[in-house]
Amino acid sequence: MIESADVLKIAGLSRLALTEEEVKLYSNQLSAILQHIEKLKELDTRDVGPTSHVLDIRNVMREDLTAPSLPVDDALGNCPDPKGGFYRVPRIIE
Amino acid sequence: MELHQLGVEELKNVLDKGGVSPAEVLDSVFKRIDAIQEKVKAFVTLTREQAYGMAAAAGARGAGALAGIPIAIKDNICTKGIRTTCSSRMLENFVPPYESTVTGRLLEAGYVLVGKTNLDEFAMGSSTENSAFFTTRNPWDLDRIPGGSSGGSAAAVSAGMCAAALGSDTGGSIRQPASLCGVVGLKPTYGRVSRHGLVAFASSLDQIGPITKTVKDAAILLNIIAGHDAADSTSAPMPIPDFTRPAGMDIKGFRVGIPKEYFIPGMDREVEAAVLAAVKQLEALGAIPVEVSLPHTAYAIATYYILATSEASSNLARYDGVKYGFRAGGKDLLETYMNTRAQGFGPEVKRRIMLGTYALSSGYYEAYYGRAQQVRTLIKKDFEEAFKSVDIIATPTSPTAAFKVGEKAADPLQMYLSDIFTISINLAGLPGISVPCGFTREELPIGLQLIGRHFDEETVIRVAHAYEQSTDWHGRRPKL
Repeated sequence: MIESADVLKIAGLSRLALTEEEVKLYSNQLSAILQHIEKLKELDTRDVGPTSHVLDIRNVMREDLTAPSLPVDDALGNCPDPKGGFYRVPRIIE
Repeated sequence: MELHQLGVEELKNVLDKGGVSPAEVLDSVFKRIDAIQEKVKAFVTLTREQAYGMAAAAGARGAGALAGIPIAIKDNICTKGIRTTCSSRMLENFVPPYESTVTGRLLEAGYVLVGKTNLDEFAMGSSTENSAFFTTRNPWDLDRIPGGSSGGSAAAVSAGMCAAALGSDTGGSIRQPASLCGVVGLKPTYGRVSRHGLVAFASSLDQIGPITKTVKDAAILLNIIAGHDAADSTSAPMPIPDFTRPAGMDIKGFRVGIPKEYFIPGMDREVEAAVLAAVKQLEALGAIPVEVSLPHTAYAIATYYILATSEASSNLARYDGVKYGFRAGGKDLLETYMNTRAQGFGPEVKRRIMLGTYALSSGYYEAYYGRAQQVRTLIKKDFEEAFKSVDIIATPTSPTAAFKVGEKAADPLQMYLSDIFTISINLAGLPGISVPCGFTREELPIGLQLIGRHFDEETVIRVAHAYEQSTDWHGRRPKL
């Protein structure tokens, strides 16, 4: 069961501001989904290794060569608040 | 048939013969779009001006496997200089400064971009109802959903608004809408097609693939988009065969696995009957049906909704209002993050981010994420075991035909359960296709799913094509 306090904690970790209504809604919905997910506990997985992806490749290496990258103006083209070739954000330190 | 109804191969033949120009093809396509877009709502963005420019260039050049062919692209695949929204407020005004690998390859082949198609926000959903903009309608019945998340692409192909489209498939998002709209949808093996420029949802599951009017068309597009890409380290360095070659070969003696766990009580009767009739048809073509077992099928949805949401919670952390996309105001940086994400994401995306964050959080990681990764191994092994005795597996694509708009929107779990037959294939990374295999009494399309071994799209295409050509389901078009 996911209580309101749990939802608020998860929302904080997820950087999501929620309304009171949302907290109630997600508390119910996440509880129902997690109840279904409890099903996984039926299985004995003691000797089973994890699968993170299905391909038989790992540690893909390449030569460390320089290559042209996106021009600064293009990279900042979608930035909500660019200034002087940088991303600008609200003050962090008082 | 009018030009806008033609698929890739047919249209290529018409253009090659001369007498019809790429611009005339586009005239027909845009006339069709103008007539029905308001009803079907397949497109988020139409690229009319660019399309005529591309058509003129294709007409002048003439070469290229897709010269002058009008194609729609799901709006989570980056197109340089053309708005790519993911059907989200977060990216409503995002204009990619680079081209995805797949659309880059289509450009080289001379394709004409018709527009960007609607999806469930960030590809999270099975109906397009989670789009932040509007719900796409099923061309066979405008009161019903087209499936999702590539619902815009499937509806556009089905309604004759383009010759073909690209979609993406994380848990069924190509195959399920193809099934519900009566067209062909192919999800390649994980790693077959580069994901560079596909907006990431769940990186170990996402794969781009074609949605088309015929199996042969899907093979033609796969020939162009498949192959290793230095920009995607998970794209496989595997040789690329000619995928159109198996289209036309017989399937005598092919062993077709029928997993007993996929024919369950509660499945729609008409869907079950149509799929079993399709198996009979494969038998008539010389294939041998064999019962197989995939014992961990019942755990697939739970596994998927842990792994996909965990990966999503990490992938979507980048939407913080700093570098690109929507930004809401706030008194400090933390509040800016919180408000940006609260206002920029819709309810389903928030739900999944929170579920994934929970599954990865301290104290729950082992019980949820760790266990789901182990069950993924069991699901993958089920298929390995089954493929020891069969060449291909046949199942329904979706347990029901298209449902009504709003029918499942209030209950996320019910919506998740509609992906029950497609999700395991992503977890195991296998190739799968949906081909039309019948209609319900209400004239709604039903799809047959065919699943192959890793990197064996050839067998999938061979069997799907043989089936398709021996039936006339794929020739039907919705009356709009």
